[in-house]
Amino acid sequence: MIKKCLSNSLSTQEKIVEVKNLVKNYGSFCALQDVSFDVYQNDVFGFLGPNGAGKSTTIRTILSLIRPSSGTISLFGSSLPENRNYILSKIGCIVEKPDFYKYLSAQKNLELFAGISGKNIKKSRITELLEFVGLNGREKDKVNGFSHGMKQRLGIAQTLLHNPDLIILDEPTTGLDPQGIIDIRNLILQLKNEKNKTVIISSHILAEIELIANRMIIIDKGKTIVQGVVADLLNSQEIIVGFTVDVVEKALLILQKSVFATREIVVQDSIIMINTSIENIALINKLFCDGGIGVSSIETKRKLEDYFLKLIKA
Amino acid sequence: MLIKSTYNELIKIAYKPRSFIGIGGLIIIISIVLFAMKVDGDLYISLITGQFEQSLTFEGTILNGNLIAFIIIQMLIIHVPLLIAFVTGDLVSGESAMGTIRLLLTKPVSRSTILLSKFLASCVYTLVVILCLAFMSFVLGKILFGTGDLMVLKSDGLIIFQEGDINWRFFYGFSIAFLSLITVATLALTLSCFSENSIGPIVATMGIILLFTIIGSMDVPIFDNIRPFLFTTHMAAWRYFFDDPLNTTNILYSVAILVTHIIVLLAIAFYKFNKKDILS
Repeated sequence: MIKKCLSNSLSTQEKIVEVKNLVKNYGSFCALQDVSFDVYQNDVFGFLGPNGAGKSTTIRTILSLIRPSSGTISLFGSSLPENRNYILSKIGCIVEKPDFYKYLSAQKNLELFAGISGKNIKKSRITELLEFVGLNGREKDKVNGFSHGMKQRLGIAQTLLHNPDLIILDEPTTGLDPQGIIDIRNLILQLKNEKNKTVIISSHILAEIELIANRMIIIDKGKTIVQGVVADLLNSQEIIVGFTVDVVEKALLILQKSVFATREIVVQDSIIMINTSIENIALINKLFCDGGIGVSSIETKRKLEDYFLKLIKA
Repeated sequence: MLIKSTYNELIKIAYKPRSFIGIGGLIIIISIVLFAMKVDGDLYISLITGQFEQSLTFEGTILNGNLIAFIIIQMLIIHVPLLIAFVTGDLVSGESAMGTIRLLLTKPVSRSTILLSKFLASCVYTLVVILCLAFMSFVLGKILFGTGDLMVLKSDGLIIFQEGDINWRFFYGFSIAFLSLITVATLALTLSCFSENSIGPIVATMGIILLFTIIGSMDVPIFDNIRPFLFTTHMAAWRYFFDDPLNTTNILYSVAILVTHIIVLLAIAFYKFNKKDILS
């Protein structure tokens, strides 16, 4: 298992979440093994891992839905479970699925949760949020008739109801149409950039994390595989770079005579894909140009998904 | 926060269709009984009074609202617990089954407050059911059948209560019936804390009531020691108010047993609910 913590420049920022040596056992089964991570203010913190990795268990433990077997959790400088109510008053969340009281209307559901949010929430705020998530006109309809996407939107409205400082979204884009996914992504970025919120997001859509998260943790079988700044983690790895060239044979010849001869090279039509680091892209491009090869595009093929799978396999 | 949380629980009960199935069922059953008694009540009463006709002469109207109320309570007090368990057995497990427990328990309200609010809401629902039972049997019975002396048939004879000596007996009778139904509601709520589905606690509550009732009614010496401590034994304690003279020792003992059951069951429920990992 690869386990490393990359240094980052966020250490001066306020720690919002501090999880240390978290362990959760169910009998002989260990769901979480010594998981530790920090989330800083204004982070969009990605939580990655395959099914059964322990993502939901960790999130539920942070939300005091599950009691840890050992380890410490503190949020906003206060520890759980001693300051549970104070901590939860500053968190908005969706855990796994946005489930609501099906026999109540969207508005009534929000009114119920507003009543116990610890803040004085006016009806106008509920109307404003329902409009924000695109459910205006359906506020009087029973949730029973809502699609998954509509429930997800209602879940987002519920999450933002009391203007929380920390937003925890467990698989928020599941079941949404492409426009819904884009809307959620934009919303998260809006919350981070305009409202200065901190967001923890778990998702199995890895590209989603790559697009919006600045820091992340990958866990598998209850153990931390890697954590750190997304950009640093990705840039520290070798990537697949695709060069679209005009003369493939000549370009291959140039590579075979260069220091990249030992690299794994794959040809697909007019694209030469080479496994290399990000720093070598300019060098290879220069080699091609000096050799009289026309390069029409350069595309990096490495994505978080490749990185994620590589780590999980390791 | 307890008031807001209790208000929420009452809203949930008020909007849940199953809450009205019980009350609706109660209204239908009582209406049928009232209709049957209105049509054939005299015949029904004569079957009971027939055995005394040789030695007693009855004057006035035996079939009156007071007797109707007594008959209805006696008939239904065994079945009303099912209606109560139907709603209160779902209060925690229903949230687990629906998934709303995750949202509910991530709000800044302590688990104890949430459970206490559910208990208080179940008490209010039980009160509504008992008031419905009281209105349908006592008030509607008097409107339809008029008032008069109450004849109560006991195993050792017949007691006739004067018209002016009845209302307070019904009031306290309904009050102790309310307490016994609260015991059932607490049992269902406690079992609900152990379950992730709605039906389990309801079936389990009825199973326990059935088992205890069987144990209580079996005249076997081995059960003699436990019978006085079973809450089902005291579910008919309302009838003590229709004894003459009133046996206050029996009444207080029944109240003590029912209250003890409520406290012990609540303690178990609070312990379980506070320790529970939410995995649903």
